[in-house]
Amino acid sequence: MPQSAEKILDHAPLFREPEYRQMLAEKKLHFECPHPDQIVTDQGEFTKTWEYREKNLAREALVINPAKACQPLGAVFAAAGFERTMSFVHGSQGCVAYYRSHLSRHFKEPASAVSSSMTEDAAVFGGLKNLVDGLANTYQLYDPKMIAVSTTCMAEVIGDDLHSFIQNAKDENSVPRDFDVPFAHTPAFVGSHIDGYDGMLKGILEHFWKGQQRTETKGSINVIPGFDGFCVGNNRELKRLLDMMGVSYTFIQDASDQFDTPSDGEYRMYDGGTKIEEVRGALDAEATLSLQHYNTRKTLDYCGQVGQATASFHYPLGVQATDELLMKVSAISGKEIPEAIRLERGRLIDAMADSQSWLHGKKYAIYGDPDFVYAMARFVMETGGEPTHCLATNGTSAWEAELKELLASSPFGKDAQVWAGKDLWAMRSLLFTEPVDLLIGNSYGKYLERDTGTPLIRLTFPIFDRHHHHRFALMGYQGGLRVLTTILDKIFDKLDRETSQTGVTDYSYDLTR
Amino acid sequence: MSLEYENDGALHAKLIEEVLSQYPDKAAKRRKKHLSIAKSGDEAGGESEILSECDVKSNIKSIPGVMTIRGCAYAGSKGVVWGPVKDMVHISHGPVGCGQYSWSQRRNYYVGTTGIDTFGTMQFTSDFQEKDIVFGGDKKLEQIIDEIEMLFPLNNGITVQSECPIGLIGDDTEAVSRKKAKEYGKTIVPVRCEGFRGVSQSLGHHIANDAIRDWVFDKKDVEFEAGAYDVNVIGDYNIGGDAWASRILLEEIGLRVVGNWSGDATLAEIERAPKAKLNLIHCYRSMNYICRHMEEKYGVAWMEYNFFGPSQIETSLRNIAKHFGPEIEEKTEKVIAKYRPLVDAVISKYRPRLEGNTVMLYVGGLRPRHVITAYEDLGMVIVGTGYEFGHNDDYQRTGHYVKNGTLIYDDVTGYELEKFIEGVRPNLVGSGIKEKYPVQKMGIPFRQMHSWDYSGPYHGYDGFAIFARDVDLAINNPVWDLYQAPWKERPPSGRAIAAE
Repeated sequence: MPQSAEKILDHAPLFREPEYRQMLAEKKLHFECPHPDQIVTDQGEFTKTWEYREKNLAREALVINPAKACQPLGAVFAAAGFERTMSFVHGSQGCVAYYRSHLSRHFKEPASAVSSSMTEDAAVFGGLKNLVDGLANTYQLYDPKMIAVSTTCMAEVIGDDLHSFIQNAKDENSVPRDFDVPFAHTPAFVGSHIDGYDGMLKGILEHFWKGQQRTETKGSINVIPGFDGFCVGNNRELKRLLDMMGVSYTFIQDASDQFDTPSDGEYRMYDGGTKIEEVRGALDAEATLSLQHYNTRKTLDYCGQVGQATASFHYPLGVQATDELLMKVSAISGKEIPEAIRLERGRLIDAMADSQSWLHGKKYAIYGDPDFVYAMARFVMETGGEPTHCLATNGTSAWEAELKELLASSPFGKDAQVWAGKDLWAMRSLLFTEPVDLLIGNSYGKYLERDTGTPLIRLTFPIFDRHHHHRFALMGYQGGLRVLTTILDKIFDKLDRETSQTGVTDYSYDLTR
Repeated sequence: MSLEYENDGALHAKLIEEVLSQYPDKAAKRRKKHLSIAKSGDEAGGESEILSECDVKSNIKSIPGVMTIRGCAYAGSKGVVWGPVKDMVHISHGPVGCGQYSWSQRRNYYVGTTGIDTFGTMQFTSDFQEKDIVFGGDKKLEQIIDEIEMLFPLNNGITVQSECPIGLIGDDTEAVSRKKAKEYGKTIVPVRCEGFRGVSQSLGHHIANDAIRDWVFDKKDVEFEAGAYDVNVIGDYNIGGDAWASRILLEEIGLRVVGNWSGDATLAEIERAPKAKLNLIHCYRSMNYICRHMEEKYGVAWMEYNFFGPSQIETSLRNIAKHFGPEIEEKTEKVIAKYRPLVDAVISKYRPRLEGNTVMLYVGGLRPRHVITAYEDLGMVIVGTGYEFGHNDDYQRTGHYVKNGTLIYDDVTGYELEKFIEGVRPNLVGSGIKEKYPVQKMGIPFRQMHSWDYSGPYHGYDGFAIFARDVDLAINNPVWDLYQAPWKERPPSGRAIAAE
């Protein structure tokens, strides 16, 4: 009997006990009708070959283990960055349960959103009634300042029109006539979560800016972060830098407090976020900066249309990307970059110099959202590393071209390959056929780590199986230090593990590295 | 070892009144029917005494905009019933999201070489694009099946889990499945579990059960030598290894588990199920349909059982044994006696640390009632419970478990649950990931009762020890006493107890 009250075995050790091993072996033999072991082994080996890779990469229809989610997730995340805003997703209700779970599992925080709970009858007659009743219920129960409406693919396929539906709901007094109900159509069969972010953000800005008179405030800046699982750490770090510079800015879509509420006995359904008055006022800003270009293409176009100057970045992380962001901010605001920030920069460079011997020539595979992959590839090259595989399932041909240009600009990028639209099963083939030292991605990469033995560094959304990383910044010079340390820890841990066999590798198990 | 207690029905009635007062009239009227207080039942005596009546409306549409915690039919089919079948490839057919959010989240443990002969923790999606919506996805589905066959030739079958758009655009996944099944000589199962069907996960379970009946049973000659003690375990999804901790007991009492549905299952285990002597059903809600079918068509009897906590395990083992006669009954008594010292040791270790603590539950399937006695075995008190997607027959069965005055909530809304928890201030809440963090912010210990909070198994004797340990570590962690800043209020006196 393996279990005892004195030493309670968890699932991992429990099922390794002889009783269970034998039970499972017999289950397999007598009841599972398995393929012969040799055939399984052969097929396993075959998946490691170039021949399998070619078949795998030639896939046209089947997607396996993609590194992207659907639009409404991005819309729900976007809405969470505004003061007392409730996401209302029009369509099937199961979707909303999924978005909430997905965000909670990453942030380890509550994630609120409601659904209009459309069922078969709504599929036939449309979901107007659901939206009218739903807005009234949400307004009364959850006391929001704003309700941001997006759609699931069900509502999109049947063609529900949010603009007229919301008008109808107001006519029926679901919410007061002047209550803010911005919206975005976010079909799951177009783009990915980063497009849903873009759509919702544009919807919110349009709601507040359309038809308003713009009086430009010189030197003031709007900053839009984009879909970012590290918003908690990143937004606070960026605001710190902007405050140090004394810039007049509005952080539009700031979910850093919403997804990092304290535990003090009170559950805050809403916390922080960009205030509605700030959003209104942001129309007057001289410029809007997006920290993630591919998350905000439509939004930035709109900002340009209202007369603002615009600029976009690719998840400014590492040295040069942070330099560029700060210099741009400085140019627009007329504020100088203070000496304290220059010293911070110097400290990051100092750390990189201290550790350069461990990083030079290391090969990486990087996957995630397009801006993140661009950023990581750039930083890796700054440390002397080589981004061998750069993959974004939701990467476009424009992204591919832009990233290739970056890679071509550095000797460390000369052997790099860019994989737009590919998934993590494709990455598996890439890692077997053209191995790298380190894999940078999210929790889904753990299957690649297991199968291919490539150490995984979790640096982007979603991270389910490690806690609290998202609370620390990756952007800016301070963030760069965090990324650098995380990579180095992985390298050193691996080295220690590989040299820790007493009597065999005592000699390389160095105290100082 | 039934625990005698009664709950504060008056307080609970007041809480219900308070939450209803906050809704618009129309919604209040609808929600009222889903909330109640368990009342002492009239029927008494018999083997399974009815302790109370839990009279609520259930299995009807959720109200828009109130933050229901429910999922959808796809979640019920792909996420619950079919997803764990390990040697089949399950295509999430439609846009990318559904498969992505449900990828590897249910902890259906299995043994196999993932990506080669097993596919449980993988996300296969047809990643629908706009053109697929406009022109239909049937051609794409054909190509997907071809690509699966090319890259994963050791799969033993495929299921097509329809997402919302499929039913709306009129795709004929049945025709594609039939054609491709013939071409490859393999089982291909189309499941019409579009998320908009029904009112919750529940219809997805039913549709998935029907798909087994229509697309798996009697489709192949099943070579299998049946035995006198063959049973199927139905409705155990092997979350954290639950089914394994159950199987070991069933084998010990002399039964042969010829199929486990669907945790760690292979297609073969499903195909041969009608040849078994008895279906043992754990999650009644998600798989009673196919058991009824097997009873009608193949004469396979079925019975419900409960492997949470020693009281229920003992009763269940004896009931199961009775079905097979003296030989098995004798073995069963030996097994119960064998585990008795473990049970006694676990209870004597943890009961003093947990005695009298109150618990509120809000879960799906079988757990809102099935886990109650396991807590009571540890001296704990259940003050409220409810189902995400229960039916009337679930609430009837709940009457066998809950005490007079217990707060009952069906398809609870985020608002209601928060207010109930605030009003009751239980010592522990057992619910899901969406509820975990709001509850913990209030300073109330919480355990996820879908995923076992990444622990488990909780079934069987081995699982009970883990369950007891987990409840203890949740309630007796020192963090709950640190919530108040000392310069604001006096900190509460320490109630945490260090692990032993």
